[in-house]
Amino acid sequence: MSDILVAMSGGVDSSVAAARLLAEGHSVTGVTLRLWGGETDSGCCSVGDVEDARRVAAQLGIPHYVFNLTDTFVDAVVDPYVAAHSDGLTPNPCVECNRSIKFGVLFARARALGFDKLATGHHARVTTRAGTWQLRRGADYAKDQSYVLYMLNQTHLARTRLPVGEMTKAEVRAEAARMGLRTADKPESMDVCFVRREDRGDFLADRAPARPGVIQERDGTVVAQHTAMAGFTIGQRRGLGVAQGEPRYVIDVNPATAAVTIGTRADLLTNELSISGLTFVAGTAPPPNTVLEVQTRAHGVPGTGSLSRHSAAAGVITLLNPMTRVAPGQVIALYRDDELVGGGIAQ
Amino acid sequence: MLYLDYAASTPMRASALAAMLPFLSDSFANPSGGHASARVAKTALEAAREQVAAVLGADSSEIIFTGGGTESDNLAVEGAARAARAAGRGDGVVVGAFEHKAVLAAADRLEREGFRVTRVPATRAGLIDLDALAGALDSQTVLVSVMLVNNEVGTIQPLDQVARLVKEYAPGARLHTDAVQAVPWIDVAIAAATADLISISAHKFGGPKGVGVLVARRGVDLEPLIEGGGQERGLRAGTVNVAGAVALASALTTTEQNRATEVAAVALLRDRLMAGLTDRIEGLIENGDRSVKVAGNAHVAIPGVEAEMLLLALDRIGVCAAAGSSCASGATEPSHVLAAMGMSAVAALSSIRLSLGFASTAADVDAALVRIPTAVAQLRSSVGVK
Repeated sequence: MSDILVAMSGGVDSSVAAARLLAEGHSVTGVTLRLWGGETDSGCCSVGDVEDARRVAAQLGIPHYVFNLTDTFVDAVVDPYVAAHSDGLTPNPCVECNRSIKFGVLFARARALGFDKLATGHHARVTTRAGTWQLRRGADYAKDQSYVLYMLNQTHLARTRLPVGEMTKAEVRAEAARMGLRTADKPESMDVCFVRREDRGDFLADRAPARPGVIQERDGTVVAQHTAMAGFTIGQRRGLGVAQGEPRYVIDVNPATAAVTIGTRADLLTNELSISGLTFVAGTAPPPNTVLEVQTRAHGVPGTGSLSRHSAAAGVITLLNPMTRVAPGQVIALYRDDELVGGGIAQ
Repeated sequence: MLYLDYAASTPMRASALAAMLPFLSDSFANPSGGHASARVAKTALEAAREQVAAVLGADSSEIIFTGGGTESDNLAVEGAARAARAAGRGDGVVVGAFEHKAVLAAADRLEREGFRVTRVPATRAGLIDLDALAGALDSQTVLVSVMLVNNEVGTIQPLDQVARLVKEYAPGARLHTDAVQAVPWIDVAIAAATADLISISAHKFGGPKGVGVLVARRGVDLEPLIEGGGQERGLRAGTVNVAGAVALASALTTTEQNRATEVAAVALLRDRLMAGLTDRIEGLIENGDRSVKVAGNAHVAIPGVEAEMLLLALDRIGVCAAAGSSCASGATEPSHVLAAMGMSAVAALSSIRLSLGFASTAADVDAALVRIPTAVAQLRSSVGVK
């Protein structure tokens, strides 16, 4: 029996995670993180969600606490998100939250308080083999969240439980319903928790100067002016001011000039990806020329390629088949079969 | 369970519980009725009112039973300010920056209604800054609200000096004091004699939750917050909580009778707790000047330890304590009280409140002096662990 702290978001996955650990006979304590008290309080951290988590904990008969990490969240997630957009990058704030908050501050707090393990409701699996820990894709491939956990290492995994990783989402909901948990039918949060997609432009404009610039073809022909560089990301098709001819996509955003370059579908493809900030689950890189699955978005179809490093934490992924370019700032996760090898940030 | 959170709520005194039970069973009638059963309830209610008035140094006609301390504060601040402005007496409201949120939120609402609201800071000792107060008062000030005892650091405010300043610089203003934290520790009849409006809450002194009193001196105009059947002189409509009022009166009377002995006993326990914690926890800092604190309050900053973590660690070993204030979600928020005293956010976030009361024992202190230093040592030893 272990003493386990469960991060309970007020959603169905972490509710079932807590219930399963309890059923396994562990001593379970719930904690909900209050992360964002801003105007968009509709995401994973609202007062209503805290109340849902508290009521599930009460139903399970486990202690429940709330940590107020709003300041840390602003420093570690929101401000870097705004700054990244200003720099022409396309950040993934959920990844930063996992890195800095859930498997950063909360992980450290769980250890400091004497808990054996930290558990979350992520759809991914922790396994062990020959003295090392692996992070694998969730059993429900469509809901797999290993991508946003690419930064986890052996220290993390030795003290992490992901109890719903073996289940499909339907099984999670069915178990929640069977136990009468109030979160059984709760809809999933889709957007970034602190800003709704449709409000992103205003959110960024309120926090950093907008960077106007041109929209140009690859040959430099200016086709339109734009008012904010942050509104564009590689692969984007809408809002380019190009109505005729072959469909156009953003193929480059120049952070120095704020120029947005557009091109055709073919222009969007690439044979290699630059990556930095590399981390590896096992602590060491896979042997050179290992064929890896290359995942460039949370739920996209992965490509295949191999990694060659020119330093400990940076390198180039050579793709076997061309893939859509990846916006700088996005996460690239590398897999061998269903096992996460590691990942980094696209350059 | 080691309960060190009397400032949040107290256990009920046995006499108060016994006093209220008949009104939750046989004597259930509505005191506003005209029949024999109603008279039983009405008689008990008015006897309770007399008892409360006697302890608080008021006339029974000045006692308004409310739904608790927050309602009393809201009614005093909003009710008095609105009535005064309606009478053309001015538009200024002055409150302590470290008041309870029941007062601060009412002041915020008045501000949205167009009142001029000034929030007066506190000194590092935890007392209202009298110079700043004097500067905030003017002839158009209609209401001043300064608490009698601060709910976080337990400091007793110099209400007489506040009253003198109000009389000098804002002679038309009404003085309200939130005495919710004062009742177990000081004689409110004397300490708040200069106030026009006084709030108390039963569950802070051995009564039940959900009942409080606002003392509103004769001649003080109030606009009601709750309207209906005209109960409580038309200032607080709704069938009066007879059982609660009776229990409040009983607890208040018992508290008054026992105060001298209980204060002396608790002060000894608190001083021993503070001395022991200071010995056992390196760098511990006492918040608020002890010489002006009530007997039950110990408020400490523990450098290098986050209050949120310490409270959780303490709860896991059966110790009930608190940090400054909790928001609706239950998360710890940086204390506005400590901020008003000029304390840094870091120090404020490493501060906890340990509050003792009439049922605290020497064994409680002994246990606290083992468990709290243990929890602190555990958390400090893990600093930097990744």
